[in-house]
Amino acid sequence: MFEVTPQEWTAVALSLRVASVATAVSLPFGIALAWLLARKQFPGKALLNAVIYLPLVLPPVVTGYLLLIAFGRRGIFGGWLADIGIVFSFRWTGAALACGVMAFPLLVGAIRLSIEAVDRKLEDAAATLGANRAWTVLTVTLPLAMPGIIAGAVLAFARALGEFGATITFVSNIPGETQTISAAIYTLTQVPGGDAQALKLVGIAVVIAFAALIVSEWFGRRAGARVHGV
Amino acid sequence: MLSVDVDKTLGDFAIQAQFEGRSGVTALFGPSGSGKTSIVSMIAGLLRPDRGRIVVDGDTLFDSTAEIDQPAHSRRVGYVFQDGRLFPHLTIARNLDYGRWMSGLAADPKALASVVELLDIGHLLKRRPGALSGGERQRVALGRALLMQPRLLLLDEPLASLDSARKREILPYFEKLRDETKLPMIYVSHDAAEVRQIASRVVRIDGGKVTATGGVELLST
Repeated sequence: MFEVTPQEWTAVALSLRVASVATAVSLPFGIALAWLLARKQFPGKALLNAVIYLPLVLPPVVTGYLLLIAFGRRGIFGGWLADIGIVFSFRWTGAALACGVMAFPLLVGAIRLSIEAVDRKLEDAAATLGANRAWTVLTVTLPLAMPGIIAGAVLAFARALGEFGATITFVSNIPGETQTISAAIYTLTQVPGGDAQALKLVGIAVVIAFAALIVSEWFGRRAGARVHGV
Repeated sequence: MLSVDVDKTLGDFAIQAQFEGRSGVTALFGPSGSGKTSIVSMIAGLLRPDRGRIVVDGDTLFDSTAEIDQPAHSRRVGYVFQDGRLFPHLTIARNLDYGRWMSGLAADPKALASVVELLDIGHLLKRRPGALSGGERQRVALGRALLMQPRLLLLDEPLASLDSARKREILPYFEKLRDETKLPMIYVSHDAAEVRQIASRVVRIDGGKVTATGGVELLST
């Protein structure tokens, strides 16, 4: 009953890989965009903001379909990306892209809030001490925003781990390549007698989510103590 | 030698300030809300004047007609803020070292030791700002500004957030600094007693304008 089969392990390992890669790759972009939205005024800011938040409000299937149009083998960018060796369609990399896009609003939102909460007077102080804009961001803004960056990353990781609609629309449900925990559970509930296996995967998903929350709480507490200067 | 001639409109408040600062301590004296902080912010490069010219030791920091506007980080003007503004995520030692590091100066253990001794902050080095009292924080803020080797030091109501006992405790450090270094200083305050104790020259500010320039005799009127 509690024995985990190799196929199930494959789905779990794939989910972890997809969610980790999606989070790690989107984090630098998320930080840069969050800083831009929090600290800069520029034409088209409202539009950029809307585009970033779009996956949060669109049906995931629609996001998946748009990804297919853009990054599918015959897609707008998919064709020439394939020429330079980057293929998304029906690959785990495509699942990571879908998860990254779906999680991006949560990532940017959390980091933006924490950057907005950093006292700009401290940034002014850094400038009078000789720090240019880039150094100020690296040595003052981002360290002080660290609790929010960690929270955003964990939130994005959890969202990526649970992503289903956009992934299955964009890269289908191929065991060993694009079949994540969510897709595997869905498949098992569609076959007679698959309930017990599905329940096992549900249990694993709960454990992973719980572990992610505990780790984030621990990091957040440490970073928070540092930020408050004690 | 500092020369300031700036205009700046903030909402419906207009600042028109023209004065010179010589060596030693020049006080910008005036009631709260008279524009003193805005004036020093313009000298530091944190606020951009609408028009005018700011020159320190022959180096033009700002000139609207010549379109010169050096960014704050390259002005080498030290700034001690009313609220200290120590970096809460760094230890006191790292806070003190920040300006030297960012200004690309070589490590100077002798300068560090003398500032630490002058301000009596040696026992605080390993702590973080959150664990310091208000007076300790202002001493560290002063040390941090000194260690970037500024050519001019702006002290913006550095004692205003402290109670009178703490003020009496800190003021001697400013006097020591005035007597032991040749660093020109602009001391912003609305407290006549404080200004009398620290400054020799007084620039009176009222409603955004310089109303008088002279010695400490201006404080009594």
